Amino acid sequence: MASMPGAETAPLVGAPAAQAAAAPAAPAGLWRRRVRRAASLGVFFVLWHVATEWDLAFYVRFQNIPTPAQVLAEAVDLFGAAGFYVHILASLERIWLGFAIASVLGIGLGLLIGWFSFAEDTLFPPIELLRPIPAVAWVPLSIMLWPTERSSIVFITALGAFFPIVLNTIHGVESIDRQLVRAATSLGAGRAAIFREVVIPGALPSIVTGLSVGMGVSWLCLISAEMISGQFGVGYFTWVAYGIVKYSQIVVGMLVIGVLGMMSSALIRVIGARCMPWLPRRAKGGS
Amino acid sequence: MSTGRIEINDLGIAYGANSRRVEAVRQFTLMTTPGEFVALLGPSGCGKTTVLNAVAGFVQPDAGTIVLDGEPVRGPGADRGMVFQQHSLFPWKTVLANVEFGLKMRGIKKSLRTSQARGYLDLVGLAGFEDAYPAELSGGMQQRVGIARTLVNRPRVMLMDEPFGALDAQTRLNMQELLLNVWREVRTTVIFVTHDIDEALFLSDRVAVMTARPGEIRDVVAVKLTRPRAAEVITTAEFMALKARVLAQVREESARVAPGPRR
Repeated sequence: MASMPGAETAPLVGAPAAQAAAAPAAPAGLWRRRVRRAASLGVFFVLWHVATEWDLAFYVRFQNIPTPAQVLAEAVDLFGAAGFYVHILASLERIWLGFAIASVLGIGLGLLIGWFSFAEDTLFPPIELLRPIPAVAWVPLSIMLWPTERSSIVFITALGAFFPIVLNTIHGVESIDRQLVRAATSLGAGRAAIFREVVIPGALPSIVTGLSVGMGVSWLCLISAEMISGQFGVGYFTWVAYGIVKYSQIVVGMLVIGVLGMMSSALIRVIGARCMPWLPRRAKGGS
Repeated sequence: MSTGRIEINDLGIAYGANSRRVEAVRQFTLMTTPGEFVALLGPSGCGKTTVLNAVAGFVQPDAGTIVLDGEPVRGPGADRGMVFQQHSLFPWKTVLANVEFGLKMRGIKKSLRTSQARGYLDLVGLAGFEDAYPAELSGGMQQRVGIARTLVNRPRVMLMDEPFGALDAQTRLNMQELLLNVWREVRTTVIFVTHDIDEALFLSDRVAVMTARPGEIRDVVAVKLTRPRAAEVITTAEFMALKARVLAQVREESARVAPGPRR
């Protein structure tokens, strides 16, 4: 990735007005790379098709695995009826609720713990203690703790996202250049202004990293929790499909989970880039 | 112009505790008159930056006093603006927002602070770069923003900690001339830390030569070269004579520098 053509982010030292005119057209090499990537995907589907159509069985057994065509037909059926959307919406609601709770708590506590040693001493030890426990291990306790299935799954989802968010926020605050704090004080900034003008924006790149990791973990936790103790949700749907021998539905469920997870991560990235216009933009290699 | 009188009396600063205690500055005494340009010159690790940090209020002295216009220095404040060696602009703020920062802290309303900040950006030759981010600027331009950001607060004294130390030779010369031009406009007191003899003599009214650690004043050299000064002044016989005197002293002190922590 290091030698991507057109990936230079040349610093614009010239007059700012000159930069707008200089948007480069996609170089010829970019198209070749796009074709290669499309071909890679094509080979994947061909291998899938061959393995399932010919019922390959060499220790790994493909006899019961649906073909791409069967999966596509199943997807068309599922998306044509209302029932499937109920599961998708249930999952999305849980993800966003859990992720929002984790973000508010994780960023808030992370900023406090990273900046104030009193907060670090009083709030951090329990977080350190609970952190190594995988969120999925909380499922039984969560069912006992929370009154509804929905709230217990949201809890698991939030728990999974919370740790990467809080830890990255703490790390972001701790890595702020002390010289910037000195500069702010010698320009007349008080404690509150330093927190608002230096600590929060200084930690923001790490916070966004934490949100991005947290989003991935929260999907992982959501699907696991739904498979174990759900009545709705894409995870529940996928697990039930196995039980009722609807093998194509399993794969559709998996793909939906993958696509939703990818879209959520992309959303975080876009919002992150919007919030941090000062970071050098990486030229995209046609992905 | 009557503000900007600094009196540093018998300053003593040490770092560390017990057996690892290192005396950085000892019995350091220096006065400036309002509007004066004074350089602190010495070998690296001699404590010149420590003196500057004490005046800024970042470091508490162990002995002695620092008085600015009759008031003892107790902590950091906007009346003593600091220009750092590098990387001290807020990366997440545009050039204009960086320069406006001090005014924002004073609660000045947006339209007023924008016009004032623009004035100082103009003064340092950066009109047209208001919306750029620091990472998009060269090192010299970043330092100019740093100077504008400090001056917009109209500090009684501007503290400069090797502000051109990280720049290439040509940029450094340009920046020195620019600084003199700016200083002629604003006439604030300047304490300028450097280990570059030419730079100290070219810029200053007086050059305070420091000893190796623990830093004391070894000599104070009055530089009576006429102002405004242009780069050519460094080839004059008068400049050469001053340089020879200072160089001999700095050589001696550099030879005495023992390895150890610095700050």
